[in-house]
Amino acid sequence: MKAGHASHPYVFSSLLLAAVLVLSIAVGSVFIPPAQILQVISRRLQGLPPDSALLPFDTILFSLRLPRTAMTALVGAALACSGGAYQGLFRNPLADPYLIGVASGAGLGAVAALTLHWPRALLGLLAIPLSAFAGALLTVLLVYNFSKIGRTVPTTTLILAGVAISAFASALTSFLMLRAGNEIRRAIYWLLGGALMSGWQPVLAALPYILGGCGVLLLMGHALNVLQFGDEQAQQLGLPAVWVRRIVIVAASLATAAAVSFVGIIGFVGLVIPHIVRLIWGGDYRRLLWLAFLNGATFLLAADILARSLFAPEELPVGIITALTGAPFFLWVLRRAKDQTIW
Amino acid sequence: MIQAESVSVSYGIHLALKKISFEVPSGGILGVVGPNGSGKTTLIRALSGVLPLLTGHIRVEGEDISRLAPLERARRVAVIPQALNLPPAFTVWETVLLGRTPHLNWLGQLSEHDRQIARQAMERTNTFELADRFIGELSGGEQQRVLLARALAQAARVLLMDEPTAHLDLRHQLNWLREIRSLAHHDGFTVLMVLHDLNLVARFADRVALLVEGHLQPPGIPEEILTAESLSNVYRIPLKTVLIGEEKHPIILPAGY
Repeated sequence: MKAGHASHPYVFSSLLLAAVLVLSIAVGSVFIPPAQILQVISRRLQGLPPDSALLPFDTILFSLRLPRTAMTALVGAALACSGGAYQGLFRNPLADPYLIGVASGAGLGAVAALTLHWPRALLGLLAIPLSAFAGALLTVLLVYNFSKIGRTVPTTTLILAGVAISAFASALTSFLMLRAGNEIRRAIYWLLGGALMSGWQPVLAALPYILGGCGVLLLMGHALNVLQFGDEQAQQLGLPAVWVRRIVIVAASLATAAAVSFVGIIGFVGLVIPHIVRLIWGGDYRRLLWLAFLNGATFLLAADILARSLFAPEELPVGIITALTGAPFFLWVLRRAKDQTIW
Repeated sequence: MIQAESVSVSYGIHLALKKISFEVPSGGILGVVGPNGSGKTTLIRALSGVLPLLTGHIRVEGEDISRLAPLERARRVAVIPQALNLPPAFTVWETVLLGRTPHLNWLGQLSEHDRQIARQAMERTNTFELADRFIGELSGGEQQRVLLARALAQAARVLLMDEPTAHLDLRHQLNWLREIRSLAHHDGFTVLMVLHDLNLVARFADRVALLVEGHLQPPGIPEEILTAESLSNVYRIPLKTVLIGEEKHPIILPAGY
């Protein structure tokens, strides 16, 4: 595999994202033609009241489709970007927020915030992502320390530690939900995932965490490149490897936690997208993380469009689509890892 | 120039280096030999500043490296590690450019100057024609040359090498060591190399020091240090030396051959 087959990866990825964004806004129980979408949005932007003929479209767009699209895009970007960063951090191609248990840890944190009453009273909507963040951070540190052998993190121990800690976190999550009484509906609703929550409030609440976390990750491309040679060589090249690790862990966990706390646990985005990006455009993390960010949004938007149109009017949780496409891909990567052409 | 003064390093309660002192002048090559587990790799790690010292000081051109920021240290000391576990998805060009890390900001923005230095380093090490290849596709010897190119791109005056010839065949061993000798003698680099092959050390190092159980014996010229008697003691097998050629290079052989 040679790097740089496609000459304009950013242009290509952005155009693809733009196309899926339009589709995601247009498709649903009611199809809204792109021309009408433009009309409605431009009237809003000019501060004019909605055209009476287009009023239903206006309502659907602004209270349902646009927030859902924005949320899905943000979550896909966050999962793929942090998945790519975890892969670089662990120097392991199978690191993914879902497989290494970080998502489950974040889920436990989120459910704890939903079902135990203490934090919500203190922090309102912020409590869920903050508590999810604490769960994610704790999990990634546990998994890292349990799976590290000497100075490397072998795939087997990484996945095993991830599975074990993930199972533990899921069990605690179930326990909390069973004990929760009246709150169980909220927790199950959350766990089912999909961007089911409508309205702008969750989007605005997730935005700073996701953009903040991914923003930091996107600046760490060069440092992650150096880190691929191991901590010791990185230090000998002048990189403060310990600090880079800490910053990447915190930023990736923050982005993952924010994604998980608003749409539930969605697997495989963080695994599949960085991999495809690496296969097509090479392993340079300065490019990889940006392209994972863009294409992660594209992938989850496409999955979400499928989730709500395959069995319309019923909706599938988007996690089903990502798992149905991601799990076979994961198995393919496992097989492929044998001949080590990319890693 | 690199100086170690009474350097001790411990891993937990195990003392890996015990009060080591030596000096390598600019343009000099010090070869360090010793049995497995004697502390050779620890010595390289300590000199590169990635291990905390229990006692002593390491000075490069008179500056104590423990007082330097990581970037400053990496501008003065470059390490050529063994070519193991390299990330295969990087191209040779990308790898050599990473040698510029200590001269870049943390975003890693490269200037034309950086690229030019990397190109020169690759030309010097005959790796330029490999520029677009992935490291994972290269032979061990080629990977080792790429790591030398990366170290040269780092533009540090002190080069530390841990078993640089371990993966090379005879011809490449000789070419490599000739190149190292030219870097030291003509370009004034300070070189410290750890080698297992006593005969190569005897031929290419200006001075040799034996490292035994964490103790570094005083360095000297190869003929003085690499004697049958001292080596037999150190390696605990009977050895003999044969002097060959007009320059009387010692060749070390197990006795009985």
